[in-house]
Amino acid sequence: MTAGPLLSGRGIVKRFGERTVLDHVDVSVARGEIVTLIGPNGAGKTVLLRILLGLLKPDAGDVVRAGGLVAGYMPQKFAIDDNLPLRVSRFVGLAGRVGRGEIETALAEVDVAGRIDDPVQGLSGGEFQRVLLARALLRKPDLLVLDEPAQGVDVIGQDALYDLVAAVRDRHGCGVLIVSHDLHLVMARADRVLCLNGHVCCQGRPEAIGRDPAFAELFGARAGESLALYRHRHDHVHDPHDGHVHHHPPHGPAHRHDHPHDHAGHSHG
Amino acid sequence: MAPRIGMTIPTITPAIPMDDFLLRAGAAGIGLALIAGPLGSFVVWRRMAFFGDALAHSALLGVALGFLLRIEANLAIAGLCVAFATVLTGLLSRARLAPDTLLSICAFTALSAGLVALSFIETVRVDLMGYLFGDILAVGPADLAWIWGGAVAGLAVLGFIWRPLLSLTVHADLAAVEGVNVGAMRLAFVLLLALVVAVAMKIVGVLLVTALMVMPAAAARRLARSPESMAAIAAAIGALSCVAGLVASAEFDTPSGPSVVLAAAFAFAASLLLPVRR
Repeated sequence: MTAGPLLSGRGIVKRFGERTVLDHVDVSVARGEIVTLIGPNGAGKTVLLRILLGLLKPDAGDVVRAGGLVAGYMPQKFAIDDNLPLRVSRFVGLAGRVGRGEIETALAEVDVAGRIDDPVQGLSGGEFQRVLLARALLRKPDLLVLDEPAQGVDVIGQDALYDLVAAVRDRHGCGVLIVSHDLHLVMARADRVLCLNGHVCCQGRPEAIGRDPAFAELFGARAGESLALYRHRHDHVHDPHDGHVHHHPPHGPAHRHDHPHDHAGHSHG
Repeated sequence: MAPRIGMTIPTITPAIPMDDFLLRAGAAGIGLALIAGPLGSFVVWRRMAFFGDALAHSALLGVALGFLLRIEANLAIAGLCVAFATVLTGLLSRARLAPDTLLSICAFTALSAGLVALSFIETVRVDLMGYLFGDILAVGPADLAWIWGGAVAGLAVLGFIWRPLLSLTVHADLAAVEGVNVGAMRLAFVLLLALVVAVAMKIVGVLLVTALMVMPAAAARRLARSPESMAAIAAAIGALSCVAGLVASAEFDTPSGPSVVLAAAFAFAASLLLPVRR
């Protein structure tokens, strides 16, 4: 595949009746990059995702996919009818014609191999999200598209889930597009953040975005501060791991500078 | 104008050997159950029982159309059901009404149109009771060929689209991203429903068709551990209900369609005694 973006949308416009949900939105995801799309409820995040995946036609604008792109999709949390007897192995296998061995490998990669023969309806929120991720991975995707992956998952589970997504990116080198309305955890793993509220309000690296006036306007001034604080703490925990991430620009001088109320003694550059 | 429609419940005339009747009826019931069970499982999973019911209500209009246009009755019913199913699908995707309201409006309109149209046909005495509640004991050799032909063709198509249909039943967008042609699969499923309604009409009648799809599937739920086993068990329960209902119908001289449905109801009630498998 060429060096250009895996997937990009240019000038995407979508209207529902009188309401313009997306107003000339530009977005792109490159190989090995984690792009996070954040925004309040009703900002058009899921609509944009569905357009990028080809599930919905935009009223204007273009979606360009790299040739032969395989997308793995993890939709928003959903329930499976209790009347459908469906085990995890069977659910994951719906992705295509795959053998039991491949399913086992995919489930093991996301740490739910022990649930392979259990009914899907009995899974916890976190387990179900992992199973969904396994089904997406089974397609050996160039691009992972995750819509609110942390919904219905407790905070510790969310952290683990995002670690898992980052690890998957490192291992397979795929691009990742995550939609969320949750600011903290998801941004901590992102290479680039797009704030969406009908249009792209601001975008950039997570450290920079917290200081953007448009971000403060959208989420409140305190959101930016707590974001910086969270990132700061989080970086301590995962510093050794970050060294392995080649796609991820290492924390340079810009990083220290980005903490508006940084503790000087904690710099790590 | 008074409708000249017979309202008699068919009874067995002793002139013809009863064994032939019962054997044909049994074979017809089993043939229907073979396709109604698996398809009914999808009706349950996709929560489309009311859609199936609306479709069945249109079958009477097909009967009238058959008489008016002098087309073979089974063919006319199948044709009308397919057309009605396509229209319903289109309406459901566009209308702003709640689906159950829309389906209800369409079902009663179709049923009433069918009844009114039949009342205009003065030359033929129509066994209305038979069309509404089924007349399994009046199944002739030609009907039997229709039922088994329809069942085998329906099962072949269902088997062919099984995995994509199951995938979109679980999550349509996910299936679409994975390459399933969701629109085509939905249409194929609705056409299969129309086919089964047409096939089942002679046996259980317009008003009871959905019962033969939904009740065996619901009864199979607690016995099944995979979608395929639920479909197979539903077919078996449906076949057993048909045979049991028919035997009871002959024994106690009760109407055949309702007897079959009651047998299926017993099967469902019995399944509730089983523990929920997890």
